[in-house]
Amino acid sequence: MRVGNVVKFLIVVAVIVLGFSYSISPLTASIKQGLDLQGGTHVVLEAVDTPEAKVDEDAVRRVVKIIEKRVNEIGLTEPIIQRQGERRIIVELPGIKEPEKAIEMLGKTALLEFQDESGNTVMTGKDLKDAKAEMGQNKNSVVALEFSDQGGKLFADLTTKNVGKHISILLDKQVLTSPVVNEPIPNGKAVITGSRSIEEAQNLAILLRSGSLPVKVDVLEMRTVGPTLGQDSKEKSEKAFSIGIALIVIFMLGFYRLSGFVATIALLVYVLLLVGSLKMLQATMTLPGIAGIILSMGVAVDANVLIFERFKEEFRSGKTLRAALDAGFSRAFNTILDSNVSIMITATVLFFLGTGPIKGFAITLGLGVILSMFTAITVSRYLLRMLMQANVTKNGKYFGA
Amino acid sequence: MKFDIIGKRYWWFALSLIVLIPGLISMAFQGFNLGIDFTGGTILDLKFASPVTVAQVREVLVEHHLENSVIQLVSTDHAEASNNLFIRTHVLSNDESQILFTDMEKRLGAFEVLRSEKVGAVMGSELTQQALLNLTVVCALLIAYISYRFEYKIAVSAILAILHDVLIVLGIFSLFRIEMDSSFVAAILTVIGYSMNEAIVVFDRIRENLKTHRKTESFQDLVNRSIGQTFTRTLYTLLTVLFACGSLHFFGGESTKNFSLAMLIGFLSGAYSAIFNASPIWVTWKEYEERKRTALKTGGSK
Repeated sequence: MRVGNVVKFLIVVAVIVLGFSYSISPLTASIKQGLDLQGGTHVVLEAVDTPEAKVDEDAVRRVVKIIEKRVNEIGLTEPIIQRQGERRIIVELPGIKEPEKAIEMLGKTALLEFQDESGNTVMTGKDLKDAKAEMGQNKNSVVALEFSDQGGKLFADLTTKNVGKHISILLDKQVLTSPVVNEPIPNGKAVITGSRSIEEAQNLAILLRSGSLPVKVDVLEMRTVGPTLGQDSKEKSEKAFSIGIALIVIFMLGFYRLSGFVATIALLVYVLLLVGSLKMLQATMTLPGIAGIILSMGVAVDANVLIFERFKEEFRSGKTLRAALDAGFSRAFNTILDSNVSIMITATVLFFLGTGPIKGFAITLGLGVILSMFTAITVSRYLLRMLMQANVTKNGKYFGA
Repeated sequence: MKFDIIGKRYWWFALSLIVLIPGLISMAFQGFNLGIDFTGGTILDLKFASPVTVAQVREVLVEHHLENSVIQLVSTDHAEASNNLFIRTHVLSNDESQILFTDMEKRLGAFEVLRSEKVGAVMGSELTQQALLNLTVVCALLIAYISYRFEYKIAVSAILAILHDVLIVLGIFSLFRIEMDSSFVAAILTVIGYSMNEAIVVFDRIRENLKTHRKTESFQDLVNRSIGQTFTRTLYTLLTVLFACGSLHFFGGESTKNFSLAMLIGFLSGAYSAIFNASPIWVTWKEYEERKRTALKTGGSK
């Protein structure tokens, strides 16, 4: 036995084990979490044709801009607004309360119109400069409007012509308020009354500030995960991960002894590399993503199983430990490559053709296959060589043979 | 260990059929329990402050013209009442669900929305199309790759074995009315990848053994020997994957339960078919061709 080599081996193992146990939690926690873990709402919107307005590229672009404005007004941390395909827009709203109300607001056309008594539209929301929710004189909530220069002139004109008559303010063809004009209003300001609460007034103000959508927008899909369920999923995933890795480790140690120990160390390196890569790729951690990680651990040791089985055969055919090890690695390589390509093909197709959470699963699975080939081949081989050079034993039994 | 899988291959094929047939019948007659991801609709996962019964919830739903909804209590001991329940119904508009929530809170007490999902019917039909496209592309790519690395007969034999695995998973899901959602598609594709991986390891060994093939060894013996040499590996890998998948199923979150179940069944079937179906199908095919060739030869020499 060469004590120096044994010490070297133990140091490498200690570094890996300590590195793993210290960094795995903070590293995992630093990855952005998907809505299914942190809670929030995922919405798919689609711009649809109506007799009044057909959808075109420009319209969809404007819709995205306006929805962005509206989402930002809600004031959430890290919302995502993403265009998908020709007509779809994906909106992710983390940690939102009362998602129904928010979504209703996002999809509202919010076309503001000012009409005279005979129903002619004189001005629209485009003539606004600003809109704010305020408490009115009678302690009721109002939306204070400020017109643009052009809008101010139009409004002065409208009020001058209609003294003593009704003018109407409409939102999406529904009358919000229809006051009687007492005198011309030249200062470019007006208020909309009739809001039931300050929140309602605030929402209306947001809609008016962000402008009206050029086309109709439908909600195709809406998924909300409450924060309690998100937390629960996180805890359960951690548990599943720990139990999964523990079972695999016990199995590998039981059947492959020292080789199994080395495979376990390689598995730790693998998990660290996988989580590290996800972090570097700025991937989002989702529940299917975690499932992919857990599952990939099972697949990750497969390369080692292939190698160790080959090693056993070679050793039993009369080779020395070192020679059997080298033969095991080189002979198993082709098998590992060909068999992993099939999982790689699946992961790639899932990635390119799948959507949302499924993509997350595909990324972890695909990355997992590549990284596990690397760790199973290089890390295990390096450690096993070191162990054999240390000359602890010549008995193949301790290496699972 | 001495293996004679090839010699008894028709027994193994028969066993596969016996397992497949109930599932196929179920698929033909009762179809699948498709989730809202496929059909469109609304799912609400609600947690009430105090336990409620199905009848209580139904009463409220009926008043909102939602009598066709499915209500499912989440309880561990089959109790009449539970704090947690699922409601599945058609697509609700925002107004409808807000009114429903207000009314429910008034009559059944405070509750928390753990999860709510609304999927339009358009999305559902797209998912089905997408799933079929995924399957076709994956199978085509796998056949192409295996044909390139091995030969097309091996590729087709492996794909047939994999089809068997997919049908087993589909059959069990149909038979036991287990709900399928969009993640089911991912599970099936993973099963395909894994199952192909298992089959390839055996074929890879056959390919290697063919290189050092002695004339004294029959073709059947060679395949038997190859299956025997890879048997431990197939078993061990199945175990490690089952450990991972099983812990996900039994200890993981509610939303990945059916996903991991599909994979558990698929992996088991995948390991079985890699040993008992894939290479035996190939051998059967090879021998059939051999017989045809000799028949032609003897026919020609007459």
